[in-house]
Parts: sequence; C-alpha cells; structure tokens
Amino acid sequence: MSLEDLKFSKDHEWVKVEGDTVTVGISDHAQKELGDVVYVELPPIGDTFAKGEACSNIESVKAVNDIYAPVSGEIVDINSALEDNPELINQSPYEEGWMFKMKMEDEGDLDDLMDADIYEEYLQGA
Amino acid sequence: MKKLPELIFAAGKEGKVGYAYSACEFGDDLIAVDAEHLRQDIEDFPQVSEVEIVRHYTNLSHLNHSVDSGFYPLGSCTMKYNPKINEKIAAFEEFSAHPYSPHHLVQGNLEVIKDLEEWLCKLTGMPAFTLTPAAGAHGEFVGMQIIRKYLSSKGEPRKIVLIPDSAHGTNPASAHFAGYEIKEIPSNEEGILDTAVVKEHLNEDVAALMMTNPNTLGIFEKNIVEIAAALHENGSLLYMDGANMNAFMGIVRPGDLGADVLHLNLHKTFATPHGGGGPGSGPVGVAAHLKEFLPVPLVDENKDTKQFSVRYFNEGIGRVKNYYGNFLVLVRALVYLYSLGRENLDKVAEDAVLNANYIRKKLEPLLDLPYKSRTLHEVVFSDKNLNVKTLDIAKRLLDFGIHPFTIYFPLIVHGAMMIEPTETESKETLDAFIAAMKQVLQEAAENPEILENAPHHTPVRRLDEVYAARKLIIKWQKEENN
Repeated sequence: MSLEDLKFSKDHEWVKVEGDTVTVGISDHAQKELGDVVYVELPPIGDTFAKGEACSNIESVKAVNDIYAPVSGEIVDINSALEDNPELINQSPYEEGWMFKMKMEDEGDLDDLMDADIYEEYLQGA
Repeated sequence: MKKLPELIFAAGKEGKVGYAYSACEFGDDLIAVDAEHLRQDIEDFPQVSEVEIVRHYTNLSHLNHSVDSGFYPLGSCTMKYNPKINEKIAAFEEFSAHPYSPHHLVQGNLEVIKDLEEWLCKLTGMPAFTLTPAAGAHGEFVGMQIIRKYLSSKGEPRKIVLIPDSAHGTNPASAHFAGYEIKEIPSNEEGILDTAVVKEHLNEDVAALMMTNPNTLGIFEKNIVEIAAALHENGSLLYMDGANMNAFMGIVRPGDLGADVLHLNLHKTFATPHGGGGPGSGPVGVAAHLKEFLPVPLVDENKDTKQFSVRYFNEGIGRVKNYYGNFLVLVRALVYLYSLGRENLDKVAEDAVLNANYIRKKLEPLLDLPYKSRTLHEVVFSDKNLNVKTLDIAKRLLDFGIHPFTIYFPLIVHGAMMIEPTETESKETLDAFIAAMKQVLQEAAENPEILENAPHHTPVRRLDEVYAARKLIIKWQKEENN
C-alpha cells in the first residue's frame, strides 16, 4: 500500500477510501508514540459512530488511548487478527494492522482529513 | 545486591508440613463439603515447614521498596512518610470497638468521627463532610452520586460531566459509573483551563465539571472562581478533586473558591497508609445546598449534653460503605492533625511546594519543561530532546535505590516524568536524587546503553513488560515456567 492512497486525521488515524467504505488504522507515527501495543478493543460490527466519536481503544505499555471515528457511519468489518496479535499494529500499521472498516454516511467528512504530505508537515509542526 | 529467592515451588521436600492434623474422629460424614467437591491432592503444591515458609516470604518482603526504606517521588500518588505515632495511637484497643456496639459505649469513637469532620470542614471551607468513602475514587463516585441526586430532586437530571485533560485519570471512570456521559475539555498552553473554553461547552445538559486542583501538571487552576461562577449561572455544579490538597492545605479553602463537592485522600494529604498498605479513605465535603444528600451514617453532637448520636436516615444517597468507613484510618488522620497542630499545617503545604520547586530549578537546565507556569506540589518534565526514553531513565534510577517518579502520565506531556517529592523529604535526600538524575542524564548523553540495559543492580533485571501484558499468566503453571 502506498501512503499516497491514504488520508490522515489530526488524531493520527489513517483512512483508505474504497467507494463508500473506508478502512481505518493508526499511523506509523502514532504506533511509535504509543509504544508496544498489548491490547486492542474493537467496536462491534453494526454499531454506528459520529465523526470524532471514540469508537475503539488501544492499550500500550504506556497508556490506553481512544481511537476516534474519522468519518460518520456504520462499522462493517473489524480486524479480528488484532485480538490475538495486537503487535500487528506496531509491525505493520498500514497493512496487517488495520483496525476496522466503516460504511461512510457523508463523503464530505473526508474533506477534513489530510494527504500524506500535509500530515507529514503537521507532524513536524506538532 | 539482595538476591531473589527461589520460587516456593522449588523449596521443600515430599512429606514436609507446617502443621499435621489428626484424622477426624467422627468420620468423614460430618465434613460439610461433598466429596466430589473436595480437592484431594494439589499436584506440585509446595511441601515446606513453617520456618521455611516464613523465611521465604520474609526474604521476599525485604526486596520491596517502601517509603520507610527509600525515596519514593511517585507523582500524583503523594507517597509521603507516615509518622509512626499515627500507627501507635490507632492501635489502642479502645478504638477497636465492635461496629455494632451501643452508641453510649463508643462515645469516644463517635467523637473522633465528629472531630475529624469538623477539622476537614474548617480546612476546606465545606460546610459538611462524609467520612465513609473507602478511597479517593470511591469518594469521586459518591460525590457524583450526590450531584445526581441533587439535580434529580430539582427535577432536572442532567447527563453530561465535563472533565479537563489534565484531571486525575479516575475522574472520567467515576463520573461514568455514576451514569454520566463524559466530555473532555482541553487545557491551554499554560496547562490550565480557560474560562472561555469552559463556557463554550456549557449547555442545559451539563451536570458538573470535575476539576483536579492543583491539576496533574502540578499547576493551580487559577480561573477556578470564574469557572465556578460560569457553572453556577448555568445551573451546573463544580466538583473539585482534592487529592492534591497537600499543595495548599491550610492556605486555600476550596469552599471559598466555589467548589460544591470536594473529595480528599486521607492516605495522601493526611499521612495515612497508602495503596496496598491501606485501606484508604476518601472523605467527601459538600456545600450547604447538598448537605441533605450526604450518605449515612452521620454523627451528630448534642452541644449541651456533649453526647454523640448516629443518624441513619436522610434524603441522601444511602449507604456507600459498611459501618463507619475505614474508621482506624480516620483515627490516624486525626492524630496527624493534632500532632502537627493547625498552625503547622500551612507549613506542610509550603514545604511540599518548596521541595517540588527545588527539584524543578535544579533539573530545569537538563530536562524539557513543557508547562512553565508556577509549580506547586509536583513538577512534570518531558523526554523531548533526549536520546533515551523516559522508561530507560526510570529503570536506571532503580540502581540508585530510588523509586522512579510517575511515568507517561499525564498523557498531555510527551514521555512525562511526574515528580512529587512531598514535604517529608529533607534537602539531603532531594540533593541525592538530583545528583542521581544528573548522573543518569550524563550517561544518557555519553553511553545510552547503560540506561537501555538498566537496571543493573536490582534482584531482577529489566522485565519483559510487553510479553507479560500480552500473555497474562497470573497462576504458577509447571510446564510454562520450565
């Protein structure tokens, strides 16, 4: 997967858009900051979340962090491999470490997300 | 270096016992548990004599670090020394009355409760207190229930509680358990809450704001009076988490600042035992309009007859703990207050703040200090600009016989190092800590492997915390341990 295909939120989630479905994970920067992930709590399939709402959390050796829905919509799939292998988030944040898929309600939600190069600048400034 | 003893499972020999019981002379029929539910033999259960087992656990206990054995600057936890006179007096057998004793036989104990209540009321400016909550977070939960009951009684149960990102981590959990929805509010670049930001979040659904003051950055929320006024105008209440009361005890009264509900941690500010050594105690103070909603039992004094009685019924939230709370902890706190005297309580706070600022000044040239506002009882540095991580520094400090400070909390500071020396430490101890920190930071610059492989001189070296968290095994199992 190329980073060019992804969009990023200010809370360090990445989003890959395929039609009206988005795949969500956390950025490489975020996994490095969190440190070794020891537990991932994923949302139930079928639940709906508003954009910006906490829908999942990641526990690392340092802390428990909320993951926010980058768009509004319904959870249609989750990466259950993370239940037994939470370290996938550290090892492969953009591929095997994806977290969940959402059916997006409004494509306009994507407008607030950043392209990879803008996100990179955002990290420099942060 | 102290050595780690072998596991108890490796000790002993087949057939050794501490005590041997003779067979039941009335036969097995009288055993209350059915045979099918009785475990016959426990495979590989250690077989040791009494003295072997005593030595094993005594030696293990000697490996513990405690505030009685060394410096323990765990930020937010306030690990201060507990004067031994508190223990001595709490051990008086007269205090250990049965909780169902007739009240006329335990007037002294009831007087302790009333007296401590009055001390806390005077120190905090809150008109009434309950001493029954068993710990700080329990106090928070009780406080939020009082708020819920009060608002419901006015016919407007609200559903949102605002909590700043610099609050104690237990606050959101306590409010959630009391049935509220949590909204987090960001603190500003000074590390405190802006009144304007709070106002933006106010609406008719906001029940309360839970403010930790001083907050977890060790900074005084100086807008508290304005924020309280804004909340009250909106019909909302101000909950103040007073776990950090040691920063201004005797100097500032939260009741005067507009707090409607406040909890204190006797096991922090009032020097009673802490954590696993508890039990704790988290009294809750309330403003006059919330008085009738306090949990029971409550102790009343008849000022004419000097007789104390117990009230079991009011309009409040009911009982939150059996009997009178952790009564002997209350005794310890009262001894602490009397042995210092009112005139010296200000000094407790002054010294707590002085010690934290001494460490701040000495370490500020070496470490990044993300929030530069005035420091009260604790100071929070970050690992920014270092080529090692906070965790490595913490591990290396163990080699100096120092318990590390709190790490990676609060979350708003990158690689947080949260240092709270408390007022009970001498300048010599603080200097030894500062010297250790300087050496560790010099090693970090010149030879970071020393830190990355630390600790070197402890009974066990660095533990694989990630593996332990991912593969949680809490019971000894033969195969997996071999």
